[in-house]
Amino acid sequence: MTLLDEKEQVVEEAVNPRLERKARKQESWRGFFHAAPAYVYLILFFVLPLLIIFVFSFGSRSNTGKPLLENWNFDSWGRLVDPLVRTIAIRSLWMALLNTAVCLMIAYPFAYWIATRAKQRTRTLLLIAVLIPFWSNFLVRTYAWRMLLGSDGYITQLGEATGLWGRMLFTQPAVFIGLLYGYLPFMVLPLYAALERMDWGLIEAGRDLYASGSKAFRKITLPLSKPGIIAGSILVFIPSLGAYVTPDILGGAKTNLLGNLLVTQFQAARNWPFGSALSGAILIVMLVATMIYFRTGGRTI
Amino acid sequence: MTRLHHGAAARPGVDRSLAIFGSLVFAFLYLPILVVVVFSFSGSESVGRWGGFSLRWYEQMLKNEQLLNALENSVVVALVSTVVATVLGTAAALSLDRYRRWVGRGAFDGLLYLPIIIPDVTMAVMLLLWFTSTGVIPLGRGSITLAHIAFNISFVAIVVRARLAHMDPAMEDAAADLYANRWQAFRRVTLPLIMPGVLGGALLALTLSLDDVVITSFVQGPGSTTLPVYVFGLIRRTVTPVINAVSTLMIAVSMVLVLASLTLQNRTGRRTESKGDRPMKRKPLIEKAESRENQQ
Repeated sequence: MTLLDEKEQVVEEAVNPRLERKARKQESWRGFFHAAPAYVYLILFFVLPLLIIFVFSFGSRSNTGKPLLENWNFDSWGRLVDPLVRTIAIRSLWMALLNTAVCLMIAYPFAYWIATRAKQRTRTLLLIAVLIPFWSNFLVRTYAWRMLLGSDGYITQLGEATGLWGRMLFTQPAVFIGLLYGYLPFMVLPLYAALERMDWGLIEAGRDLYASGSKAFRKITLPLSKPGIIAGSILVFIPSLGAYVTPDILGGAKTNLLGNLLVTQFQAARNWPFGSALSGAILIVMLVATMIYFRTGGRTI
Repeated sequence: MTRLHHGAAARPGVDRSLAIFGSLVFAFLYLPILVVVVFSFSGSESVGRWGGFSLRWYEQMLKNEQLLNALENSVVVALVSTVVATVLGTAAALSLDRYRRWVGRGAFDGLLYLPIIIPDVTMAVMLLLWFTSTGVIPLGRGSITLAHIAFNISFVAIVVRARLAHMDPAMEDAAADLYANRWQAFRRVTLPLIMPGVLGGALLALTLSLDDVVITSFVQGPGSTTLPVYVFGLIRRTVTPVINAVSTLMIAVSMVLVLASLTLQNRTGRRTESKGDRPMKRKPLIEKAESRENQQ
């Protein structure tokens, strides 16, 4: 880039400001037209449905359970603080937080182990080995635990033989194992992505400056893998909070989570306004969690 | 520690315990799936007890008409939603990556991430409310397909966008310099380069569509049940080894899809790489010739 080039550019711009503006406008239109089909589609089948939740949540219902868009009220939102709802909400929140924490504790050393293999080939093979259960059907993976935790399942037999535990199916621990098993890969993948692209020379530099192994880890590796930690936590926390299939298959009446409560409103209970308020509330929690994520600077999903 | 990344050298003891831990995690990930697969070949009526090798549950699976009907619905919905979502998602990714300034770009960028992070129960509820209150589209295969497209667009767009980010935009400029029009430049230059991303996104969409339970169970109509929703119903009602057989089939399909996507990406990646390498390979020959000249 010489001075001459710069001067030429300046001259061109001065001569043709209108042409430039026209070109920019054209580019802008082109970008819009490329996005338009997807944009319109998502507005039709995502944004408007999203808004309709809030409309229904202020509605009422007839004696037969038919949702009515009249007699607008705040009752459904008020019911969110019912003791029963509160118990389930706290249980869900606790399960989601616990699951996120345990997933992180298991996935971090695991992803670290894969990411520190020197051979690219080894890393790729190990990663594929993580991807296969990740891509396998979620329902099937949950069902597997129903087999293992049932009365004659292997885990139950093992527990009875050692005298450490009995049948876990339809209890809280069973639901927790199901959630952990279901969402663990969601934590491994972003952590691996963050650790894999890390510059290991930095650790070496730290060690050269007499940092201990654990200090180098705390001051270098951990901060650099933060985007992965945040992305993984979001990817585990949100679906755990809205989990429905896992508690439905592995849990019982006393282990209902928000997802079950929500689905019941649209099936047996036939209370659409309350169900809508509940999904609205879950949505708001989710949006806040995501906003915190984007604020903290992570961008990799 | 030659096996480790340079600079990541941990004490051998730490590395060994990491390796043991890693193997345990793999065992945790694989053993449950393995149990399902093994017991699908058991002749016993009881789900968890081995009763000798038998294919009777597969036979029963193929005789179950409801199940086959559900399988057909699944395949139709998955194929249609994948094709539509791949086209729309690729165009969306192009618009976000290639065009930096257009009206509503920021909102679109955010909106595109939402279907990925939203819990599926919420998406299920909102689509049910939308379809029933507008009443334009009856609940059935059509509504299921529309719902699947809605979440698949985002996944395709993200995968394609990641691929576009690695592509050199100068390639398109070069094509334009050689008098290619926009369509030719896209068809001959951009599309082949992002093809692994497009196919990867399409395979992901296919998998997600074939896996979905919650959203489909909300927006389905009579007779339009998909395979996972049907299996979900089976699991809730009874425990029968037929579920093991269907599960094994579903695991096999997803494994084929993962391996297909990985080999596809690998092969296409290698092809573009080798094209780029060609001038490099010639270099030693030139050097050789030069050194020969020098000797003379």
